Amino acid sequence: MGLGGGDVMNIAVTGDDLVVVRDVGKTFSEAGGLVFGRAQPSVRAVDGASFEVKRGETLALVGESGCGKSTLGRLLLRLIDASEGEIAIDGVDILRLSSNDMRQMRARVQMIFQDPYGSLSPRRSVAKIIAEPLEIFGLVQSRKQRRDRVAELMIQVGLSPTFMDRYPRQFSGGQRQRIGIARAIAVDPQFIVADEPVSALDVSVQAQIVNLMQDLQKSRGFSYLFIAHDLSVVRHIADRVAVMYLGRIVEIGPKRRIYDFPSHPYTQALLSAVPEPDPETRKSRIILKGDVPSPANDPTGCSFHTRCPIAQPICRAERPPLLETASGHLAACHFAKPHPIPL
Amino acid sequence: MTIAPSLSRQQPAASVHPGPLLKVEDLSIEFGPKGTAVRVVEGVSFTIDTGAAVGIVGESGSGKSMTSLAVMGLIPSPPGRIATGRILFEGVDLLGLPRSRMPEIRGRDIAMIFQEPMSSLNPVMTIGDQIGEAIKLHQKMGREERRQRVVELLKLVGIPDPERRLGAYPHQFSGGMRQRVMIAMAVACNPKLLIADEPTTALDVTIQAQVLELMHKIRRTLNTTILLISHDLGVIADICERVIVMYAGKVVEDADVKTIFRSPKHPYTRGLLQSIPRLKDENTRLYQIPGMVPLPGTIKQGCPFFPRCPDRIDKCARETPPLLEITPQQKAACWVSAGATS
Ligand SMILES: Nc1ncnc2c1ncn2[C@@H]1O[C@H](COP(=O)(O)OP(=O)(O)OP(=O)(O)O)[C@@H](O)[C@H]1O
Ligand SMILES: Nc1ncnc2c1ncn2[C@@H]1O[C@H](COP(=O)(O)OP(=O)(O)OP(=O)(O)O)[C@@H](O)[C@H]1O
Ligand code: SF4
Ligand code: SF4
Ligand SMILES: [Mg+2]
Ligand SMILES: [Mg+2]
Repeated sequence: MGLGGGDVMNIAVTGDDLVVVRDVGKTFSEAGGLVFGRAQPSVRAVDGASFEVKRGETLALVGESGCGKSTLGRLLLRLIDASEGEIAIDGVDILRLSSNDMRQMRARVQMIFQDPYGSLSPRRSVAKIIAEPLEIFGLVQSRKQRRDRVAELMIQVGLSPTFMDRYPRQFSGGQRQRIGIARAIAVDPQFIVADEPVSALDVSVQAQIVNLMQDLQKSRGFSYLFIAHDLSVVRHIADRVAVMYLGRIVEIGPKRRIYDFPSHPYTQALLSAVPEPDPETRKSRIILKGDVPSPANDPTGCSFHTRCPIAQPICRAERPPLLETASGHLAACHFAKPHPIPL
Repeated sequence: MTIAPSLSRQQPAASVHPGPLLKVEDLSIEFGPKGTAVRVVEGVSFTIDTGAAVGIVGESGSGKSMTSLAVMGLIPSPPGRIATGRILFEGVDLLGLPRSRMPEIRGRDIAMIFQEPMSSLNPVMTIGDQIGEAIKLHQKMGREERRQRVVELLKLVGIPDPERRLGAYPHQFSGGMRQRVMIAMAVACNPKLLIADEPTTALDVTIQAQVLELMHKIRRTLNTTILLISHDLGVIADICERVIVMYAGKVVEDADVKTIFRSPKHPYTRGLLQSIPRLKDENTRLYQIPGMVPLPGTIKQGCPFFPRCPDRIDKCARETPPLLEITPQQKAACWVSAGATS
């Protein structure tokens, strides 16, 4: 994949790491401008994000609505600009790339969206939609070559090429998501940000898409940042998991560690809140009080202290740093340990 | 947990009707002009006993909402229409009642919570006034007594500082709080049957946990009979003792929750259960049901699951299986489960 990648390198490639994120933050300042004549406070959507995505792995990003998952995903592809921090993809510092070099980089990073209905342009045929990235990067020369490549991609995602000239509205939700996936893999990317790709789908369709995404990863070797709020789906697809709360990563680690030894109270509560499709295992659920605070008025100290069942005075005063609690397993809590909330 | 005396006093009067609270018989709903109409619900029958919590599960478009809207007398008509069937509430056929009687039954006897709380609340009316209106429709009481009642209801659903929140508008509440307000309105007149259509689907997991806990509390304290619609079997397993599985507008299985999970009889139910990702297992490849849900009205003959069914036999293509009793606790609409062989 020599699409200009090699010549714009300016950060040393670090072995396994495909994506390296350091202290990335995003503040939306004039969020929406004036509402009822009052200036809106700025929103700190992402704060101090530092992590890596390894080659060929799936890092899942979980957390509740508004915690900054989509914003972080978009920052990594530079679909929006970070307020501060560094992001390197395959050794290239993407925040410093010129727009022309960034255009080249776009051939190697792709996005799959949640809403298969809204993310495909309704007036273009499926062939046009899938071929668009191929054309932007000059990967197909003739019409025949284009149609052949599109047919090949459609087969790979389980769609019949005979539907090539149809329009998105003629497809079901699951089929539209397949079209979005075909488009994303068309240019042979190294890194795909999948923003809630199965959240809008029925369980049985969800299983088909999750399996497809895993199969493609196995054969193509790319990495996923898999954004989700469904912890059961994540358990199936992820290698590692990062948990976000109010713009910050509060826990990150190998999947097994996160599920078996959640070490941040929020992660523990989140896991315990998932209703199990099994009437025989009534588990003791941790019911958090209150709502997620708005990111516009971020609590002092640990931002989880307003809902944390084990909060202490120090939690209001000091923000806990993200520290290693076991190998590769980090948590941001003054009292981090496996299952910190006593049951 | 203490509940205000006026709430407990108004528990639904013990039903004098001996049979089930709700009995739906051979309900069919169609859309579009007669002649070319498409059946979106076909021959649905089930019963709900007083005090029970029953769930309806099924994929998008399987007819869950239409079935519950029919019970509420809220099928949009035109273009919709109830083509066949009876809906017996305490023995009285709601479909036989004059249209003008339904508003009286809605809210007082049967209440419903919708998926999207924001679109069912009035944005320019305070929370207090909206709940007050719901009470006014069916119960005579003075202003001050009504205000007290609203405060009690808000307290019941766990809105902190209810006295002060009476004057708030819906947009000042979070999604979870709005859903609580919807629940408060729905139980304002102590309905005998509470229909909840995907009450937690739009909510985050930790907020969903709060609302599920509230549904348990409503059952415990008010003794309300519940019909819960969800595509999430986890949510159904949490609240309900019985579950009805719908596929392509039909009931394909009806059994108590434990039985469904332990030994599902219909091949669709089996596929559905196998394809759910579990919090406990990892790396196992998810089972996938081959093919797609048929569009309403496209399967004219035979079993609606036939094109996707791993167990199908010739008979299935020709004859539509009725919902048959497999055991007293379990019914399934499947020839093979009922013992047919090829
Ligand atoms: N363009 C923008 N301008 C102002 N604020 C924004 C903008 N985009 C996002 N935000 C705010 O940033 C915060 C994080 O939003 P984001 O969409 O990243 O959350 P999320 O975790 O993806 O949520 P969801 O699960 O609902 O998709 C929210 O408070 C949101 O309102
Ligand atoms: N106004 C309408 N005109 C024609 N068909 C309609 C109309 N409203 C609903 N339908 C169809 O009726 C069928 C059943 O819809 P219903 O809303 O009951 O499904 P559901 O099981 O509640 O699905 P979901 O899980 O998506 O809420 C669907 O196929 C739908 O397309
Ligand atoms: S730092 Fe304190 S408030 Fe924050 S999660 Fe840990 S115990 Fe809870
Ligand atoms: S009736 Fe036949 S096709 Fe239908 S579910 Fe049973 S075995 Fe499958
Ligand atoms: Mg998002
Ligand atoms: Mg519905």
